[in-house]
Amino acid sequence: MIGSLITREVRRGSTGVTWLPAAFFVLVVALMPFAVGPDARLLGRIGSGVLWIAALTAALLPIERLIEPDRADGVLDQLTLHGVADESVAFAKILAHWLTFGPLLLIAAAFGAALLSMDGRTLIAAEIALLIGTPGLAALAVTIAAVTSGLPRASSLAALLLLPLAVPLLIFGAANAWLLEAAVSLFLTAGAPFVAGAAIRAART
Amino acid sequence: MSALLRFEGVSLRRGGRLLFEELDLEVGPGEALQVTGPNGSGKSSLLRLAAGLLRAERGKVQAAEVALADDHAALDRELTLRKALQFWGGQVDAAMDALGLAPLAKVPVRLLSSGQLKRATLARVAASAAPLWLLDEPLNALDADGLERLSRLIAAHRERGGAVLAASHQPLSGDWRRMELS
Repeated sequence: MIGSLITREVRRGSTGVTWLPAAFFVLVVALMPFAVGPDARLLGRIGSGVLWIAALTAALLPIERLIEPDRADGVLDQLTLHGVADESVAFAKILAHWLTFGPLLLIAAAFGAALLSMDGRTLIAAEIALLIGTPGLAALAVTIAAVTSGLPRASSLAALLLLPLAVPLLIFGAANAWLLEAAVSLFLTAGAPFVAGAAIRAART
Repeated sequence: MSALLRFEGVSLRRGGRLLFEELDLEVGPGEALQVTGPNGSGKSSLLRLAAGLLRAERGKVQAAEVALADDHAALDRELTLRKALQFWGGQVDAAMDALGLAPLAKVPVRLLSSGQLKRATLARVAASAAPLWLLDEPLNALDADGLERLSRLIAAHRERGGAVLAASHQPLSGDWRRMELS
């Protein structure tokens, strides 16, 4: 069942407006030269940080569709009746979310780097940092989607929760402190299924 | 033969309100129990307790494997009906035939009417191998043909040794035990 669930989540995440977070990411990056001016050296210097800010804001877009539609339509209840643990549901959703969100973001980052006049070495470093950090970001997004599921104004609340919690990823990612970033990302990815699973259970009762 | 569902001294409180207290019930193989009662009396909550989706404040609930049909279809709206049902497994084609859904097999779930969606929800339950069916307001949105097919489906399930617990404010046709929640 868990394999079918991951396939389902990837299919759902890959249809419709999958490209929207990546497009939003590029758009945020594209705004930066207008905001700080066309100084290529300045843009190149702040490039990694800009990519991370854009990644965080883009990560907010799909949050509403990660958990709430399945809660409202009884899918989460049926999965429980089929013996799938809420933690496994959360894990499947994190994995599928990263698969549909992470690689596209890495591709979009290459375009973003060009807009920011980042050199090849800085781009590669930023891509590695995003590769390490985006699983943690996906885990955080699913967890917050689960915690806010069913609440009024959930998307606003999600933004208020996700952005501060993602600060460690932002700091270590933008600074290319890969080991520390990997530690944070691993912590989030390992802990998220349990927190999100508990939130799904709490929403049911 | 052992019961497929047993409540022993079960109490449930939701939103600070006591829905029922010290409730005992038992449903054995081949039996059907209809729970009646006014809106908000706890019929749906009783079904969710039986499904293990809610926890009793007090008492013990024991249930065999269950299949639940409530007002949530739990079917992927973008898939065709057959593919959406196949996600949950079981004897999908037989269940679709039994509920007159075979002609709709290739229709996306999002295009189904409310009555067709109700049949699809019941087909999800009928396709499962679960011996205990939990049906929440199963008659809602069904036409005369749908009611007839549901009756036949329930009768066949009971003949196979299955059991049904249904919450409905409308009378269900056939041989049902009835229990009222106040």
